[in-house]
Amino acid sequence: MFKILEARELTTNIFQMIVEAPRVAGSCLPGQFLIIRVNEDGERIPLTICDYDREKGTVEIVVQAIGAETYKLSKLKAGDELADVVGPLGKPSDLVEEDIEELKKKKIVFIAGGVGTAPVYPQAKWLKEHGVDCDVIIGAKNKDLVILEDRFKEVCNLHITTDDGSYGRSGMVTVALQDLWNEGHKYDHCVAIGPMIMMKFVCKLTKELGIPTIVSMNPIMVDGTGMCGACRLTVGGEVKFACVDGPEFDGHKVDFDQAMNRMKLYKTEEGRLMLKAQEGDTHHGGCGNCE
Amino acid sequence: MDGFVRVPVREQDAKERAKNFKEVCLGYNKEEAENEATRCLNCPNPKCVAGCPVSIDIPGFIQKVKEGNVEEAYQVISKSSALPAVCGRVCPQESQCEGKCVRGIKGDPVSIGKLERYVADTAREMGIKPEGAKEKKGKKVAVIGSGPSGLTCAGDLAKMGYDVTIFEALHEAGGVLVYGIPEFRLPKDAVVKKEIENVKSLGVKLETDVVIGKSVTIDELMEKEGFEAVFIGSGAGLPRFMNIPGEQAMGVFSANEYLTRSNLMKAFDENSTTPIMRAKKCVVVGGGNVAMDAARTALRLGAEVHVVYRRGEEELPARKEEVHHAKEEGIIFDLLTNPVEIHADENGWVKSITCIRMELGEPDESGRRSPVEIPGSEFEIECDAVIMSLGTSPNPLISSTTEGLEVNRRKCIVAEEANGQTSKKGVFAGGDAVTGAATVILAMGAGKAAAKGIDEYLSK
Ligand SMILES: Cc1cc2nc3c(=O)[nH]c(=O)nc-3n(C[C@H](O)[C@H](O)[C@H](O)COP(=O)(O)OP(=O)(O)OC[C@H]3O[C@@H](n4cnc5c(N)ncnc54)[C@H](O)[C@@H]3O)c2cc1C
Ligand SMILES: Cc1cc2nc3c(=O)[nH]c(=O)nc-3n(C[C@H](O)[C@H](O)[C@H](O)COP(=O)(O)OP(=O)(O)OC[C@H]3O[C@@H](n4cnc5c(N)ncnc54)[C@H](O)[C@@H]3O)c2cc1C
Ligand code: SF4
Ligand code: SF4
Ligand code: FES
Repeated sequence: MFKILEARELTTNIFQMIVEAPRVAGSCLPGQFLIIRVNEDGERIPLTICDYDREKGTVEIVVQAIGAETYKLSKLKAGDELADVVGPLGKPSDLVEEDIEELKKKKIVFIAGGVGTAPVYPQAKWLKEHGVDCDVIIGAKNKDLVILEDRFKEVCNLHITTDDGSYGRSGMVTVALQDLWNEGHKYDHCVAIGPMIMMKFVCKLTKELGIPTIVSMNPIMVDGTGMCGACRLTVGGEVKFACVDGPEFDGHKVDFDQAMNRMKLYKTEEGRLMLKAQEGDTHHGGCGNCE
Repeated sequence: MDGFVRVPVREQDAKERAKNFKEVCLGYNKEEAENEATRCLNCPNPKCVAGCPVSIDIPGFIQKVKEGNVEEAYQVISKSSALPAVCGRVCPQESQCEGKCVRGIKGDPVSIGKLERYVADTAREMGIKPEGAKEKKGKKVAVIGSGPSGLTCAGDLAKMGYDVTIFEALHEAGGVLVYGIPEFRLPKDAVVKKEIENVKSLGVKLETDVVIGKSVTIDELMEKEGFEAVFIGSGAGLPRFMNIPGEQAMGVFSANEYLTRSNLMKAFDENSTTPIMRAKKCVVVGGGNVAMDAARTALRLGAEVHVVYRRGEEELPARKEEVHHAKEEGIIFDLLTNPVEIHADENGWVKSITCIRMELGEPDESGRRSPVEIPGSEFEIECDAVIMSLGTSPNPLISSTTEGLEVNRRKCIVAEEANGQTSKKGVFAGGDAVTGAATVILAMGAGKAAAKGIDEYLSK
């Protein structure tokens, strides 16, 4: 069992937790993820490692409650336990393996969307610790949904944009990137993490601007060790398993349309399960058609 | 009936079982087992033993069954096998022990597998356990993977007095026995879990949720955590795909994914929250045990199922019993047929698969006749799901993170057959990780040999 030490709601439906998982904390690097199971008959859910403390043996996760399992997870409090935490899985971010002096010469921009903001944090923090500067663009629907602002400010040059203009710049992250570029920020490396649709459009823009772009893919997964093939994607015409070959890939080579399509695989089935999780076994669909 | 025909074993009715996940074969009761046992001739030079990869004293245990002494029969089997309730159910007996039985020359061979299962099941019901070590050696050994090879190696080492810890990547122990082979062939709670508890009762520790090569490396286990020897029994878990057009469509799965969702994640159970696709018409590609299991699972989840295999009936690599059961349940076999392309509808879901007819050509060096396409014989099968069961290969997670561990061309770990020794000092390996996908009993045999090898290495 893995104990939850802290749990709080960052904003509507987005939760942050610190969990005791010494083996994961002992060896993880930015860019990697873990898989948890909330309880004995829970599903395996992949989550990015958002921060870690090797000394204390803890990892931080930030999770958006969108389905049956993440909803169950969001109900847990400090002191509760998770049945399973396994990791670190996937490859660390390329950045942590590059030569530091080379990195210092680069102008790096991270583009974070929604709950994808959290996984950007460890990378920006790691760069800061190694004396490398970077820009981060956080995109959110509105002011209330911006998360981790204070922590980001300590490690990077932060640009915030909201879809409705209620905070920071106004418009989607792609607009912010184009504006910054026009303002003279000539980036030569981009990392985009967020919903697939966001990553797709960021890649379209960075391709035009000629900025090499890394994306972090989050397809449906089961084991996370290369055993099932559920997470397969097409990258540059080749089949890759996101859990072992990724999760980060060259965004200009990823077939996003196919990846987004594959996400729909369990959609209707999941919807049914989520209602059941929220309403318990008494759920009858609410359609009014059953007795 | 004067001994030429075996005592038939009771099975769930085919129509009934095609709709449930309860065990197909019900096994012998005491009377049936004792009757079948009388058919064994107690041969002075028993051919059957030579056919069993772990050389169980078959006539020895069968004599005890005949005498009605299940406890002693169990102890005889336990000397050679740690998982008799499993092997009695899943060994390809027709090509192993039973294939060599002299009774088989004229009539049916003795039902060795069913008798072994009877002994193991009865012993379990009676609460009989294998005997543990009397003296501790005070030395730590790590076992990677909790499939048949790892469990056997760990059990044997614990019996010798070693302090053994098994590290398992998944959240549950058992390897293919829990994530691959379905409930209707190998019950999880009643059989597999109990056999794992037996191994744990010998003092073996089990740490799940540890991916060796990621959470911790073999070198760290040896240098920082004080393990003096390591056994790698990580299996052959990587699925293959065909690389034909359309394979990324929704509704195309690897057998590993489909079976893991159903078995390990319990999607077959109405009360589970694990999603699984309940297809209307499903094509399973392949002809091995894995294909049979995927096909029979899809059938039970409500599909009409076609098995598409490129060779003929004779060449089907699956156990005879499974093919027979699959047919009884209504699975359709499209033999000498190979897929060439999968078609998706406008929303990306599988709608059909184009196959081509094959014929068997001249035998190659290995003596196997390889299938060749018949030009122009393409045809289409409508379906909404395709399950690829084309075999698996070892996962490179461990070999790529362990300095000095030699692998061959097929990514299998190189290890000596007699004692499991690899190219790295103190590191041993066996089972599917070394041979590529094989059988439960061969993996157990390798685990046994490695336990002996490790004992010799640590006793030096
Ligand atoms: C490598 C990786 C890292 C991830 N990191 C994070 C993270 O740090 N924080 C976070 O909140 N989420 C993260 N996710 C997504 C998270 O795993 C899913 O949201 C979660 O599995 C959904 O589980 P559920 O049972 O609650 O929802 P489900 O009931 O399974 O799904 C609900 C809905 O979400 C869709 N969905 C299913 N799987 C995913 C997925 N992998 N990503 C997005 N939508 C999905 C389904 O199609 C469905 O419509 C990550 C995913 C991957 C693969
Ligand atoms: C669907 C199916 C049906 C089968 N039917 C039969 C049958 O009827 N009869 C028969 O004899 N054989 C059958 N087989 C084959 C048989 O199950 C295997 O040959 C046997 O299980 C191999 O045992 P193993 O111990 O080598 O590996 P496995 O059983 O594969 O176990 C390996 C274990 O190691 C774990 N692992 C892998 N990598 C790591 C890591 N890096 N760190 C920690 N743990 C790790 C895995 O999670 C797994 O639990 C079948 C196989 C399948 C898939
Ligand atoms: S272990 Fe397998 S091969 Fe050996 S006797 Fe038992 S069923 Fe036969
Ligand atoms: S070969 Fe057949 S008859 Fe002879 S000992 Fe073995 S099981 Fe008995
Ligand atoms: S999640 Fe199973 S192979 Fe990637």
